[in-house]
Amino acid sequence: MFENIDPKELKYVGKGLKRIDGIEKATGDALYVSDMFLHGMLHAKVKASPFASARIKKIDTSRAEKLPGVRAILTGADLNYRVGLYIVDKYILAKDIVRHQGEAVAAVAADTEEIAKAAVDLIEVEYEELEPVLDPLKAIQTDAPLVHPDLGKYSYVEAAFTPVPGTNIANHTKLRKGDIEKGFKEADYIFEREYSNPSVQHVPMETHVSIAQWQAGDKITIWSSAQSPFTVRNLFCYSFGISHKNVRVIVPYVGGGFGGKAGIALEPLVACLSKKAGGKPVKLQATREEEFNLLACRSALVYKIKTGVKKDGKIIAQRMEMFWDSGAYADYAVNVTRASGYSAAGPYEIPNAWLDAYTIYTNKVYGTAYRGFGHVEFFWGLERHMDYIADKLKIDPLKFRLINTLKPGSRTITGELIHENSGNVSKCLETVAKAINYGVKTKEEEKREKQNKTIISKAVCALHKAPAMPPFTGTVVIIKMNEDGSVIANLALTDYGAGTYTSIAQIIAEQLRIPFEKVKIAFECDTDRDPYDWQTVASKGLMLSGNAAILACKDMLEKMYDMAAQILRANPCDLRHNDEKVYIVHDPHKFVRYREMAVGYAYSNGNGIGGPLVGVGRYTACGLTNLDKETGQGNPALDWTYGAHGVVIEIDPETGEFSVIHSASAFDAGKVINAAAARGQCVGGFIQGLGTAICEGYIYNSKGQLMNPSFTDNKIPTAKDIPEKMEVFFVETPQLDGPYGARGIGEHSMISVAPAIGNALKNALGIELLRMPIRSEDVWRELSKKRKAK
Amino acid sequence: MKTITFTVNGQKYTREVEEHKTLLRFLREDISLTGTKEGCGAGECGACTVLLNSKPVNACLVLAVEIDGKEVITIEGIAQDGKLSPLQEAFERHHAIQCGFCTPGMIISAHSLLQRNPNPKREDIQEAIEGNFCRCTGYLQIIEAIEDAAEQLKPKKSKKR
Repeated sequence: MFENIDPKELKYVGKGLKRIDGIEKATGDALYVSDMFLHGMLHAKVKASPFASARIKKIDTSRAEKLPGVRAILTGADLNYRVGLYIVDKYILAKDIVRHQGEAVAAVAADTEEIAKAAVDLIEVEYEELEPVLDPLKAIQTDAPLVHPDLGKYSYVEAAFTPVPGTNIANHTKLRKGDIEKGFKEADYIFEREYSNPSVQHVPMETHVSIAQWQAGDKITIWSSAQSPFTVRNLFCYSFGISHKNVRVIVPYVGGGFGGKAGIALEPLVACLSKKAGGKPVKLQATREEEFNLLACRSALVYKIKTGVKKDGKIIAQRMEMFWDSGAYADYAVNVTRASGYSAAGPYEIPNAWLDAYTIYTNKVYGTAYRGFGHVEFFWGLERHMDYIADKLKIDPLKFRLINTLKPGSRTITGELIHENSGNVSKCLETVAKAINYGVKTKEEEKREKQNKTIISKAVCALHKAPAMPPFTGTVVIIKMNEDGSVIANLALTDYGAGTYTSIAQIIAEQLRIPFEKVKIAFECDTDRDPYDWQTVASKGLMLSGNAAILACKDMLEKMYDMAAQILRANPCDLRHNDEKVYIVHDPHKFVRYREMAVGYAYSNGNGIGGPLVGVGRYTACGLTNLDKETGQGNPALDWTYGAHGVVIEIDPETGEFSVIHSASAFDAGKVINAAAARGQCVGGFIQGLGTAICEGYIYNSKGQLMNPSFTDNKIPTAKDIPEKMEVFFVETPQLDGPYGARGIGEHSMISVAPAIGNALKNALGIELLRMPIRSEDVWRELSKKRKAK
Repeated sequence: MKTITFTVNGQKYTREVEEHKTLLRFLREDISLTGTKEGCGAGECGACTVLLNSKPVNACLVLAVEIDGKEVITIEGIAQDGKLSPLQEAFERHHAIQCGFCTPGMIISAHSLLQRNPNPKREDIQEAIEGNFCRCTGYLQIIEAIEDAAEQLKPKKSKKR
């Protein structure tokens, strides 16, 4: 809810206040699930398949069973439960068939981790190795072996997805806008190219970990490093047919998620081990290797784009085909396909658009949500494509973008009308262009080129993203006042690093007009205690939970005003609040303090009124629709956050080595609630985007075995890899239904970093890299090819 | 099993320990100091950084028996009497913390740097924390926090921790 308040009157909103979780994290006091130890707790380990595709002929657990200290062993034969977010396609442990290397085929719970490990080694599995399906473009052909022959029997969310039984297509998303053929006919030029990127690992510093206890009467408690406690509970209950009231999910501090912990993961397996072990708590933490290949990754993508443009640079038609490599299970990949599908044209107006996006099963590690939810991947192609077209048209790439950006009155490819308050992508582009002195080389840059014998090159790229969520997504915040007038807020949105809790605390302090220090957001989420939240994903947290927090404050204030009206013998409409008091507007020295009303007001004779203060705020997205399955038309977006990156890179033309020396990023955040946290999201996302751009990615051998499941072979950026200069700018076009006008920005900073680098390399060297990551050796190879061609 | 005597955060201990147990697991499981985190168990991410006789080490690569007769400082030993050190305060102030899982190791590395070099240049800081992965922050605000802490610590030369 945007309230048109002069920023000067805001005491907390917009300020870079300290994180509310800073102290416990700086001292090591913050307790993560990996730190937890329960009385009588057992430790679990899993047995993983060495093959990407195989039939399980026999599992012999007899030797493992004899090992002292082993308390429970499970194999797929013991568990007849399927789990799945959108398509219920995955057994808790592989049953008869393994579908990717690293998939769990058996699990052990034992007194110690060592015993569990030894027991796993004693389990003997006999496999019949099968030919794996690895290439998604082959897997989509009609004669390909099927990864899921039973696809037609799985239950799935029918409103949003279209699996194609008898194929490897887990979902086919379609979008049709305007008349594509007519558009291409009217085009002066048509440009077509294909871009690709591999699977990538999220790399949360805390690997997935769960503790579960399945006690008599099917009473189950789960402690998990999960992003979304209520979704864990819901999917768990669906799989086991257990009432929601019986399952309690607790999420304390979480060591990073980035989408990888958004759904359900180890929880069902650990719970089943606990049940088998007679109700003892069981803990399972993934090793770093298992984080790569037992748990999910980001899907690989092949993106084909065909664009029709007029001579003046206006795009008139675009046909897009996305081939998402979902790996062995559909998990979030089907929704990544849907969400990237409706967003696939970027922040540009395309009058005639046609899209087919496929989620394709293969025998690889399965894909899930990852920061950006498909957008990092497809923007790699899209923004490289924009420069490619501009180059052919001999129009400056920035100018070409500005011709085509969405503006008030434009319609997106789903037919949604863009208006004055939707955000301003053009302004973001112009901001970063100015910051990097786009289009010119400064004197210092020229000097540096001479000194270092390097080439300095620049590029700008745009981006956008809306939350991918059910159209009816809702949340609740409950605020309780303590005896001293401080408050505690409960919500089930988790804060696994983004800083959203600090922003929500600022909003509450602002609304209630109490000191920021008097607001606590309860850090441990607990489905038994906290009110419902769907998931902590999609950059929707601040907007939905921020609004719910405002409504909870208003609810509490209404109760306080009612009480104060009685106490002060005043009309509620004549009351105001400030400095922890409710007072009469025309007689401010007549007031009642919050703390006097906190647990109900007591008159001097002992009579009480009111009762303890609680504020409840419920907020739900409104006006969003399911998309038409044939045309993709509808309104999927809670809000669009637009942004742009500008990069200055320095290249050694001899070796192909390059680095980003200056980055400038701009986002239309609507309203920045916490400036320091917002900057942290933008810098952190840029560097994560840099990792994706220059070094990260899954490498498989011809048998579908992952070759680099470690930090030795899958590098991520270190402190030495960051640009010398990093700038972050915020454009603030208020979102009229956002809290104080705010939009989400958590994912956006990671999008379009890679194409900016790719385009800058093209500008300097004339090389056309179409596959991510762009490693220095890839640049060197292209340069060598060019040299040979000469 | 071997009996070892050592100091952790100024406290003296004598303990029996299995020869194959890493210092990381020993600190977390036997001494109940869970501030030191495991990120990879292979000496690559730095989440388990502690000071061993004042030198930063990856506790996952050190065996517990190796600390016999030595002094260990973990993240729990940096704040004094419930009060954050200037470095920890700078981390808090600069939003150099997001999920917080790398933070203990990061602070230990930075603490060690400032002990060795009270006037670090930006490159020195980058060098000192290069072995500490952070997936959230992009490092910039961490570097700024360390620069700020160095600045804060400067005039108070005697106030060495």
